[in-house]
Amino acid sequence: MITLSHFIVLGAVLFCIAVASLFINRKNVIVLLMSIELMLLAVNINFVAFSRFLGDVAGQVFVFFILTVAAAETAIGLAILVLLFRNRSTINIAEIDSMKG
Amino acid sequence: MPNLNDILIMLPELYLVAAACLLLLLDAFMKPEQRSLLHWLSIAVVLVAIYLVISGQPEQPVRAFGGMFVRDGVAEILKTFALLCVALVFVYSRSYLADRKLYVGEFYTLMIFAVIGVMLLVSAGNLITVYLGLELLTLSSYALVALNRDSKLSSEAAVKYFVLGALASGMLLYGMSMVYGATATLDLATLHGAAAHTGVPNLLLFGMIFMIIGIGFKLGAAPFHMWIPDVYQGAPTAVTIFIGSAPKLAAFGMAYRLLEAGLGDLSAHWQQMLAALAVLSLAIGNLVAIVQTNLKRLLAYSTISHMGYLLLGLVNAGPEGYASALFYAISYALMGTAAFGVIMALARAGFECEEIDDLKGLNQRSPWMAFLMMLVMFSLAGVPPLFGFFAKFLVLQSAIHAGMLWLAIVGAVFAIIGLYYYLRVVKVMYFDAPVEGTEIKLQQDPALRLVLSLNALTLLVLGLAWGPLLGWCKSVFPG
Repeated sequence: MITLSHFIVLGAVLFCIAVASLFINRKNVIVLLMSIELMLLAVNINFVAFSRFLGDVAGQVFVFFILTVAAAETAIGLAILVLLFRNRSTINIAEIDSMKG
Repeated sequence: MPNLNDILIMLPELYLVAAACLLLLLDAFMKPEQRSLLHWLSIAVVLVAIYLVISGQPEQPVRAFGGMFVRDGVAEILKTFALLCVALVFVYSRSYLADRKLYVGEFYTLMIFAVIGVMLLVSAGNLITVYLGLELLTLSSYALVALNRDSKLSSEAAVKYFVLGALASGMLLYGMSMVYGATATLDLATLHGAAAHTGVPNLLLFGMIFMIIGIGFKLGAAPFHMWIPDVYQGAPTAVTIFIGSAPKLAAFGMAYRLLEAGLGDLSAHWQQMLAALAVLSLAIGNLVAIVQTNLKRLLAYSTISHMGYLLLGLVNAGPEGYASALFYAISYALMGTAAFGVIMALARAGFECEEIDDLKGLNQRSPWMAFLMMLVMFSLAGVPPLFGFFAKFLVLQSAIHAGMLWLAIVGAVFAIIGLYYYLRVVKVMYFDAPVEGTEIKLQQDPALRLVLSLNALTLLVLGLAWGPLLGWCKSVFPG
């Protein structure tokens, strides 16, 4: 029998993987975009699971909003990425360090 | 079902959405040399929105669209000043943008969409509205930071802002999902009641911690401040001035909606966390600012310390504390616009005027600008009788009334440390000899000079006559 806590643990594990990859990843900005997407999807699992087990549809409505905004967010992220590549000819995170202090 | 009354309650926001779309269309059909028409139209649009916000204000708080949208006194005051900041930004940035070939319609439209995000966020009555308002504001800000498409610094700042901003949104959402799981509601008013009844389950506290992390990121409070210095430095100054003003008001509104309107009964738990954030922000902001040589970066660290003071007000968790934090947010927004306004007035094509050394001997070259900058710096430092002094005084007082004397002492000590780097800017302007070959030429835009002077002198006027504004701030938080 799959219970609510299974879903919450799955959500938590996915969220931790996403946050960890944001900090560990030192190579590529595209991987950062993927981690951000994973983070939002982990939140969606939480919302859908709670919504199902609490018998309240509002959580599922929120998921639609998150999915839509995530698409817009990725679009802007990719646009900024293209800009970065045009200006610096690299998307390596380790080389994005011209401002310090 | 939404009815006409709901739409009337949301009129200022709906009007701005329509106006922004029209401006975008107009820009597409207009010749580049007619752009000053767009500039003045945008300012007019924002001023009309201020009029709509103030004139349509209901006596009692009203809710629209099934409680998704709340129009009350807090929202009114935050919207008025956020719109005012945007109008100031438009006036200040015209010649700056023109000098850098950034004088484009997108700047105006994106700015108006960002301020619609601010308005939705401060009027939110539901977690969904909080999220949507926040994302509208931040997505527009990402694009604005990258506005200077050929600048390496600008695109680097945009990437950093984007990644950290998205991380913050993720944290906030994760917290919201936990709070939803604990209380089975997304509506902030229902949440307030449910949080009182369910006791304090760990799930709710867990969600609250994540939400506070999200709020900390948006405020730019340490230890979630990493994006602030790079974004302030890398973004075009016309965008930095916006990021340093209206979003701070929005962050206060968001903290108020989530923590007081939503989780007000858990204040004993979140007060301690906010106190820790406040101390860290004061320490990191003031100490790291001392070693900065870049003026925009110095103001970025000064923002972090100011957010620490704002948190001192929120820690109080009572009407007095919220009123003082709101007063502080307004004072910071006005000081921030004036500070970056002076930088933009001194900048010209190929010269950003963003190093502190660029201000050397400013008094001999332009005494009036030096005087205005001195007013702003003294106000930021909290020297009486300027506006910043009373704002600081009120938040320290509310921290003492909350029974946190130690916190107020920490705040006062760091205010004295902070005085050092603000005075260094004044010293450079008044006592250092100008560097040869770096002439300062003032922008010849009369509107910029006039409004900037008014903005900086307001800091003096409000420092002497702060009663009405404080009365307004206090009246929106009934005890």
